[in-house]
Amino acid sequence: MGLAHYLTLAATLFCIGLFGVVTRRNTIGILLGIELMMNAVNINLVAFARFSGSVPGMVFTVFTICVTVAEAALGLAIVILLFRVRRTVSADHLDLLKG
Amino acid sequence: MPETLVFYLLAALAIGASAMVIGQRNPMYSVMMLIASFGALAALYIQLDAPFVAVAQIIIYAGAIMVLFLFVVMLLNAPQEDRAEWDRSHPLRQPGVTRFGTLMALLLVIELTWALTGPGRAVESGAAPVSSVREVGRVLFTDYMFAFEATSILILVAMLGAVLLARREGEQP
Repeated sequence: MGLAHYLTLAATLFCIGLFGVVTRRNTIGILLGIELMMNAVNINLVAFARFSGSVPGMVFTVFTICVTVAEAALGLAIVILLFRVRRTVSADHLDLLKG
Repeated sequence: MPETLVFYLLAALAIGASAMVIGQRNPMYSVMMLIASFGALAALYIQLDAPFVAVAQIIIYAGAIMVLFLFVVMLLNAPQEDRAEWDRSHPLRQPGVTRFGTLMALLLVIELTWALTGPGRAVESGAAPVSSVREVGRVLFTDYMFAFEATSILILVAMLGAVLLARREGEQP
């Protein structure tokens, strides 16, 4: 298995996640798309670390996982807050910041 | 070659599950499919000689984050996105924009195919695998000690922020 196979898989997953972020109307669906994109980045990090034999690549994967945890927790807190204020999780109806 | 077969099997599983995540209208099924995708990716990490990352993937993603997602989905009782709303006219659905997006997607497919079959694919693993969890831990707690501690502060701040955001107004903590 070459490095290109893993990078292609990561690019495909990233594109699927990006498509989801752009097209989903449900706020939770958007967050799930962001999770997919973060995972694609992780695949890249692990694949490069494996194929160059470097330990820091693995270490940085741990950091990106931690950042993803923080992002998910804050995103879900915002979703709960929005649902409490507007009674909806549809991104089309959330235009509080529209001028 | 069983290794290649396993890779393609897992990759197909991950891509299929990810596509289902996006295609599902019901958020509950989306989260379930995302767990399947994470499981396939964890198996891929094991194939990449990264058992620590694979276990962290299972515990943190499939265990913690997805349970949090499921909890929020059930708490909000989020309604399914109905098809009428899905197909409604949207600024991104104009023909010009759609054509541009299709062109970009085709370019990407061509590029990825070229990456898989072109001259660059000969990058095989020349380096020895760094499979040792001991080595990862040693580097994490010596060279990257400051970054590790900074990450713990980040998690703490995120936790405080989440509690503060989700708290009801005027409620005594």
